[in-house]
Amino acid sequence: MSTSGSEVVRHADGNGAVGEPLPDRFDNPGLPPHRSRLTDTDPAAARRATRQVVALFTLSILGTIGFVVAYALVPDGDTIASVRLSNLLLGLGLFLAMFGIGAAAIHWAKTLMSVRDVAEDRHPQRSSTKDREAAVAVLREGAEDSGIARRGVLKGAVVSALVLAPLTIAVPLIGEVGGDWRVSTLRHTLWERGKRLTRDPSGTPIKAEDVTVGSVFHVIPDGLREGENADHWIEEKAKAVVLMVRLDPADLKEADDRKDWSYEGIVAYSKICTHVGCPVALYERQTHHLLCPCHQSTFDIADGARVIFGPANRPLPQLPITVDDEGYLVAQSDFTEPIGPSYWERLK
Amino acid sequence: MKAIADRRHHRMAPVVLLVMALLITGAVYAALTPTPAGATVATQTDVDAGRALFQANCATCHGTGARGGDGVPSLIGVGAAAVDFQVSTGRMPMQASGPQAAEKPPVLDAEQTRQLAAYVASLGPGPSIPAADQVDPAKGDPATGMALFRTNCAMCHGATGKGGALTEGKSAPSLGDATPTQIYEAMLTGPASMPVFNDANLTPEEKRDVIALLDEQKAGSPGGADLGGVGPVSEGLWTWVVGMGLLIGCAVWIGAKSS
Amino acid sequence: MSRPSNVGGAAATADYLDQRTGIGLAVKAFARKVFPDHWSFLLGEIALYSFLVLLSTGVFLTLFFVPSMGQVTYDGPFAPMQGVQMSEAFRSTMALSFEVTGGLLMRQIHHWAAVVFIAAIVTHMMRVFFTGAFRKPREVNWLVGFTLMILGIAAGFSGYSLPDDVLSGNGLRITDGVVKSIPIIGSYLSYFIFGGEFPGDAIVPRLFTVHILLVPGLILALIGLHLFFVVLHKHTHYGLPGRTERNVVGYPLFPVYVAKAGGFFFIVFGVLALMGATMTINPVWNYGPYDPSPVSAGAQPDWYMLFLEGALRLMPGQGMEWVIGGFTIPMNVLVPAVVLPGLLFTALAAYPFLEAYVTGDRREHHIADRPRNAPVRTAIGVAILTAFGVLVLAGSNDIIATHFGLSINAITDVCRLLLIVTPFLAFWVTKRACLGLQRKDRELVLHGHETGRIVRFASGEYIEVHRPLDEYERWVRVANEPRRPVELLPVEDERGVRRPGYRRDAARARLSRFFFEDRVEPVTPAELVATQSHSGHDAALALGGGDAAGAVPSGRHAAPELPSASASTTAAADAHRR
Repeated sequence: MSTSGSEVVRHADGNGAVGEPLPDRFDNPGLPPHRSRLTDTDPAAARRATRQVVALFTLSILGTIGFVVAYALVPDGDTIASVRLSNLLLGLGLFLAMFGIGAAAIHWAKTLMSVRDVAEDRHPQRSSTKDREAAVAVLREGAEDSGIARRGVLKGAVVSALVLAPLTIAVPLIGEVGGDWRVSTLRHTLWERGKRLTRDPSGTPIKAEDVTVGSVFHVIPDGLREGENADHWIEEKAKAVVLMVRLDPADLKEADDRKDWSYEGIVAYSKICTHVGCPVALYERQTHHLLCPCHQSTFDIADGARVIFGPANRPLPQLPITVDDEGYLVAQSDFTEPIGPSYWERLK
Repeated sequence: MKAIADRRHHRMAPVVLLVMALLITGAVYAALTPTPAGATVATQTDVDAGRALFQANCATCHGTGARGGDGVPSLIGVGAAAVDFQVSTGRMPMQASGPQAAEKPPVLDAEQTRQLAAYVASLGPGPSIPAADQVDPAKGDPATGMALFRTNCAMCHGATGKGGALTEGKSAPSLGDATPTQIYEAMLTGPASMPVFNDANLTPEEKRDVIALLDEQKAGSPGGADLGGVGPVSEGLWTWVVGMGLLIGCAVWIGAKSS
Repeated sequence: MSRPSNVGGAAATADYLDQRTGIGLAVKAFARKVFPDHWSFLLGEIALYSFLVLLSTGVFLTLFFVPSMGQVTYDGPFAPMQGVQMSEAFRSTMALSFEVTGGLLMRQIHHWAAVVFIAAIVTHMMRVFFTGAFRKPREVNWLVGFTLMILGIAAGFSGYSLPDDVLSGNGLRITDGVVKSIPIIGSYLSYFIFGGEFPGDAIVPRLFTVHILLVPGLILALIGLHLFFVVLHKHTHYGLPGRTERNVVGYPLFPVYVAKAGGFFFIVFGVLALMGATMTINPVWNYGPYDPSPVSAGAQPDWYMLFLEGALRLMPGQGMEWVIGGFTIPMNVLVPAVVLPGLLFTALAAYPFLEAYVTGDRREHHIADRPRNAPVRTAIGVAILTAFGVLVLAGSNDIIATHFGLSINAITDVCRLLLIVTPFLAFWVTKRACLGLQRKDRELVLHGHETGRIVRFASGEYIEVHRPLDEYERWVRVANEPRRPVELLPVEDERGVRRPGYRRDAARARLSRFFFEDRVEPVTPAELVATQSHSGHDAALALGGGDAAGAVPSGRHAAPELPSASASTTAAADAHRR
């Protein structure tokens, strides 16, 4: 697309003759000359390519046969090794079956089908002005006919009705989807005065003397899966899991109002991270640090489980514990704050 | 033979016969009894040899009386199990200071380790090296083991014991190379950052179940290569390297002009 | 009209259909439709075919999977699960893996196809971005594709949460924590999603409906729309010789693309089958059935969620939980999990409109850019990818720590710094690299290829002979149009009246200058002639009009001034001495 150039320059012949004006930009040279492939010019190459394509299709057929044979003769069996073998053989058969067809088709296209570049015209996306005007005219006529412009109340009425109609589906859908909607149950766990601490998952109670310095116990409340809890024990467990460790009392720093929450160096904290709720379980015995594996929030168990690294903001809630008269560890009460991640009405 | 037969009525003959019987019985017993790994009773020579090894290899950090101090733990009461674990995995003697003692090829051989363990055990009572049947995977139940592993171990060591990170450069190691004895001893003594799983927390049978589970893991993955067994991160890496790599490679092949 | 029955089955079928549907017209139009041939145009197909694999393997899985959280006891061949209580969902996944022949293969192919699907979407999106193929008339198609990406991520997340194992269950717990952090409605939204308290027994059946019905339905519809637009707009093509804004050059649909694209489907299926046969993915038998108590090291979601995971890990917690009037707003969760992805996705979706605003360009574009010819766009793209990459690394920090013997605390701190610094660094480096490549192109056009032949003149001067580019090679490097900043009309018009909207126009002009002020324009014919006249003159005399190969030796010269306003960077780059 040449336009008349704005510059008159000398040509390279150095003769000083004034040449024609140059275009602002280079012209598109058009499609380059077609380069034949070997298979276009050499019939032997074309025959070889055909044989290759057939061979690839044959490979696919062999793959399918292999798959069916493996399915029939190599069942899963009962061992890891037999499952692995079955998986491998079936998968390799499927791979050959599929890849063979694909490679054959592509090789066929590349070597034997025409690779002559073809050009097709593009047209601007917009409709012609005539079509546009016709469309506008049709719409205008239709709107006139419906009378919606003259009778404004129609417009308001149809919009109101349509907007409100989906409520018939939305209201019961949203209303029923949330269970009983009692979000206040988030505040309370199964822990209460006198509830024994038991091992997770066996449920056997724990004696204080069994908890030696440096040991870690994963704890659930006594009777978690029994009685009235049986049908929703997992929701209760999701709030009630506790991590219990014994420190040397000399290492334990306690707030004044929590000095009686531990028992001879044994402390218990909620195991649900105050960041977004993963179980915080990586206890480092020597440093007394508790690490959450999900986002690396780190809590210092020797100092009220306060946050010393990571995205958590609040310390883990502490479970006040003591022993009963048989020497088993029991809770003194529920947690004094909702466990787990923060939410809007947490403090209310 | 004539000399022995002539003295068969000697008054010391019964004594000689008794001593011979005792020696023969003792020898046969010693020859036929299976020796439990490491569960031999330590003799005083073992303790003395152990003391010499201790002074040569350990006393520089742990003190000549093994009382430790200044960031180095005391070894009084750690028991033979702790020593056997630390020394047989090569963690001790510690070569370079770092966030935790690194596992490396052991410096002392099995005999020396046993002697060293005997010496430290003599300093104060502590957990002893487990007997062979206590750590025999065939006797454990992998189902119980897996349930216990999931609750007590996977958070640090990973779901299949491939290891995991702790804070400040520490880590929980991979368990694939550990022997059943070492696994038992680690649970019992709580080396480095690991908590102590005393026998009230995980009973000896439960410890054996965990060992049985880890033994099962050696069979590998039924799905093929386990890609490190560390979960979705390595899966994502291989998605791009193998999956997209192969597919983009094929796309380049498809788009390339044939010669 | 009846025909003899031996006319041929194909002809008879075609006649039957055509008489009832008029399909002949469509066949005529479509069969010879032209598609350009370049490997980078096949990336979207990887996504499409992975989706087809997902559909077919997915149907297999739905015939065995039980989407229920009711509790059962395991009694199957996998010994470490013997006697363990688990949900039906987990139990059926175990059965698929160990008791259904080919079940594990289908599971693994399905999951590999899912992660490759999203990887291909992202790669395809990058190609479209870096070649500017989102420009008019394809802005709507960009939005369709963007929505497909979001739906793909939703499909993946809902899918891997179905087996109800410890790893995905903890992922759901994190989702619950994030949802709860939303102000005012958070706890109610949590109850909405889970049907009550976490975990409830509704989430798996609900995710199943989402995963096999709602999301795939939407994806199929949008794929249809996406492909419809490609056919309607015709595919873009690169600025190679013969390709213009008014044509599309390539090969016909039938038979070449039926073979190539159809073949590629089988290739994708084959590669995914190979991965499913040899590489373990999502071994739920190792994770165990979901219970709120256990967690394992290496707790990460699938790769496409790692950027969120990394953001959650990097956000510092201290001082980031605000309590206002007794109500808690946990910014330490909201910022990385809600605000950040909101910003990222909005920026991605809005980019075509931003660029249109900044260029003031209302024309259709059908020629795909070379990324170097849009330096600021390319640099922005690389900066976003860099930030994404840092977040992915941060999300993998514990794996990095164990494998390289580093401290996760150190990695976290370093990644915090990298997140802030490296996107800007990447922007600057990429922009400079693009401008440098453009200058290299100019130099190649002006001076031609170095031939390695040295010529010594009688005067003692040595020069290297250069072979000029032929018009086809040259076209690739001069095809792009120079992009200049939007003109800003002066504050007051010619009658001294202040123009309305000047402030907005000035802001727009500033933004436009940010994009286009630093630029290297392609060589014009005048410049080429000027260069040749400088250099050819001496040599022509010396060699008697150039050597036999028509090479024009290049000597010392300086390029002429360019006609555009900003000349500093470009002129300096062109002045050189040999």
